[in-house]
Amino acid sequence: MAKQSVSLSREFGKGLWAENPVLVSLLGLCPTLAVTNSAINGLAMGLATTFVVVSSGIIISSFRKLIPHQVRIAGYIVIIATFVTLADRYLAAFYPDISKALGPYVPLIVVNCIILGRQEAFASKHHPGRAALDALGMGVGFIAVLFVLGSIRELLGSGSILSFQVLGDWWTPWMVMILPPGAFLTLGLLIGLSNWINEKRATA
Amino acid sequence: MNLILIFISAAIINNFVLAYFLGICPFVGVSKQISSAVSMGLAVTFVMTIAAAVTWLIYHLILVPFNVQILEYVAFILVIASLVQLVEMFIRKVSKPLYDTLGIYLPLITTNCAILGLALFAELRDYDFMESLAFGVGAGAGFTLALVIMAGIREELELARVPRHFQGAAITMIVAASLALAFMGFAGLLSI
Repeated sequence: MAKQSVSLSREFGKGLWAENPVLVSLLGLCPTLAVTNSAINGLAMGLATTFVVVSSGIIISSFRKLIPHQVRIAGYIVIIATFVTLADRYLAAFYPDISKALGPYVPLIVVNCIILGRQEAFASKHHPGRAALDALGMGVGFIAVLFVLGSIRELLGSGSILSFQVLGDWWTPWMVMILPPGAFLTLGLLIGLSNWINEKRATA
Repeated sequence: MNLILIFISAAIINNFVLAYFLGICPFVGVSKQISSAVSMGLAVTFVMTIAAAVTWLIYHLILVPFNVQILEYVAFILVIASLVQLVEMFIRKVSKPLYDTLGIYLPLITTNCAILGLALFAELRDYDFMESLAFGVGAGAGFTLALVIMAGIREELELARVPRHFQGAAITMIVAASLALAFMGFAGLLSI
């Protein structure tokens, strides 16, 4: 039993760093870059994606023996699209501002490769509980990257984090950081940094 | 005239890859060589044009009359997935050389967010049929342009000494940042 619980926590933990969907597997880059012009947008997108990946993971792993192998991708996509519609309607109803800011990137969660990737690589082969843990780990890893990226860009681009003014009047906002080039630049530097940390940890 | 404006806007000013971040996965994955970048660009443009037409028809002739716009995402993604399959079979039957050129890039297009993004943007902006078509061709041309420029830079980058930790994806992102910066210069070209 002890062995089982160790591997369960590993199932959750691998998404946070070792197999982080964005920094290591380079999946889901479109939303990562598009919505991180502020920390709150990044957070909302991360939460919506986590909701979809966890709930579709549970459903798909429960039905994994019923879905015929040949049409599994189409089946997965329909299940994912259903949950995305739910998330989209929920955001539009309760957080209209965020829903407006994210725009078409909420429906685009359907084609986020993280989600389909986890279903194909994990949920279709494991029990629902384990699949949920795996999906949750990936989701939290995704939220973390989105939040860090959004915070850096918001801090440099408008001098605030989560709309609280952090830097004073002396700070000249780097407009470019909240525009598309800033997204590419920040993500590139973050990936480089994570490579560097990994190497430090491997040699330490 | 309006159609030309939409085309130029989608291809250059609001480039799908560099301004909307759509289709980043193939942009990073298939931009190592100019030749494969051209093939991928062609395949995407081809599917985008057809997808723009078909999703417009589905939305306006089926979803709106039956008042089931809530099914929009499910419908679009299913249509795109089967469309890619269909296009693949059709090309294999009609033109073997073209099929061999596009090769493995065709099935990859299903999960290319640029296609679904195209359908969603066209619907959001209330384009009519011809405008959607122009938007599709323009977005495809813009995708090809960005991909080919990127592949050209990456071929040169092979010879450059990149800091060890930045090799691969990291330096690609930073190059993309400078490309995006360059494309921002087109922003004042047209005002729509």
